[in-house]
Amino acid sequence: MAEQNSTDGHSGHLAAVQSPDEAEGQRRFDQVIADDSRIEPRDWMPEAYRKALTRQMGQHAHSEIIGMQPEANWITRAPSLKRKSILMAKVQDEAGHGLYLYSATETLGTDRDTLNDQLISGRAKYSSIFNYPARTWADMGAIGWLVDGAAIANQVPLCRASYGPYGRAMVRICKEESFHQRQGFEILLTLSRGTEAQKKMAQDAINRFYAPSLMMFGPSDADSPNSKQSMAWNVKRFSNDDLRQRFVGMIVEQVKVLGLTLPDPELRYDEESGTWIHMELDWDEFKRVLRGGGPCNAQRMARRREAHEEGAWVREAAAAYADRQLAAETDKERVA
Amino acid sequence: MSKNSSSGNGNGSNASKAPATAGWPLWEAFVRSSRGLSHVHAGSLHAPDAEMALSNARDLYTRRNEGVSLWVVRSTDILASDPDRKDAMFESPKGKDYRHATYYTESEGVKHL
Repeated sequence: MAEQNSTDGHSGHLAAVQSPDEAEGQRRFDQVIADDSRIEPRDWMPEAYRKALTRQMGQHAHSEIIGMQPEANWITRAPSLKRKSILMAKVQDEAGHGLYLYSATETLGTDRDTLNDQLISGRAKYSSIFNYPARTWADMGAIGWLVDGAAIANQVPLCRASYGPYGRAMVRICKEESFHQRQGFEILLTLSRGTEAQKKMAQDAINRFYAPSLMMFGPSDADSPNSKQSMAWNVKRFSNDDLRQRFVGMIVEQVKVLGLTLPDPELRYDEESGTWIHMELDWDEFKRVLRGGGPCNAQRMARRREAHEEGAWVREAAAAYADRQLAAETDKERVA
Repeated sequence: MSKNSSSGNGNGSNASKAPATAGWPLWEAFVRSSRGLSHVHAGSLHAPDAEMALSNARDLYTRRNEGVSLWVVRSTDILASDPDRKDAMFESPKGKDYRHATYYTESEGVKHL
């Protein structure tokens, strides 16, 4: 975004006492948040806000980029030309979503190469869900329905995040994402109406992705240290548990249409508290996968590095061509 | 110019040294959604030159028939007003309600006016 060229809000962030300029900046920032308005790149913002958003948006971008892998893996084996086209469009969308988010993150003052390096060197995290393998074609259905479904439930409120570029990126992403969930649901529906083996394959995919998709909302509010501050800044609008509740309520109904079941014997609606009671989620597993101990972490990272490296000659050729064009233009001007 | 001369032979050893964009300039993309409408800012992207910027902008911002025309401009070529001087910059129209039709109330009830 054009605004980012003069991002220089880093000065003086180490000072314990705010200068008069910073105090004025803080006052304006607080007012914008209180008015539920938007912060734009060149506005003064607290260093902690800048840092937290850079982390969140960067992780979000990385997740979109890594998220291409489980599905790209099935493009060559999609059961029909139609499904193949759909899957390619979806994977292309994920790349686009990563790029929207990288651009938005850059407006906070961290450049693209740094962000990319953070992912490739393993210093940055991405959503733990992409470290699970996509074993069967039905997984394309379960990923679309459950994983993209959970992502949408998370992302729709982010369209109103207080940081303008983040919100704008999310609006575009959410608009495009809705087809992802529907195509996944349709894959499962088709399988569920097929042979016994196909129906079983669909149920098996749901069984494997149910709990990991519920964990995509993050730990319970009590164990989520950043949630409170994020909500005070109007970045996060609903708690992890609230969003998870909303998601469970939706898929409970949707799974009936599929004629399949959710693998959760404890699942019930508690009239008294007005909440869904679901199985205990394995947060140790969640943390282990996030730290790199999931079934596919090493594979995903290796593939990402390989793709980056294999693209080096393209980047070099494009840069050399741009240089030559520039030189030719300069020569022309000199002659004229 | 790319800062890295790796030939990309896939040995994986210097992956993190080959920058993704090697400091490619940033471009702003503007999309006209249909004839008769203005080009509207869609977002930004990195590209080594204008032609690549236009081609990448097509792939990134018009995957669903969003546009019939596309502009790209180098971000550094945009001169932007200073947000901190917003009040002074946009002061002039303030207090000049007479520039709006709603200021003139005497004629209320008169038809076609």
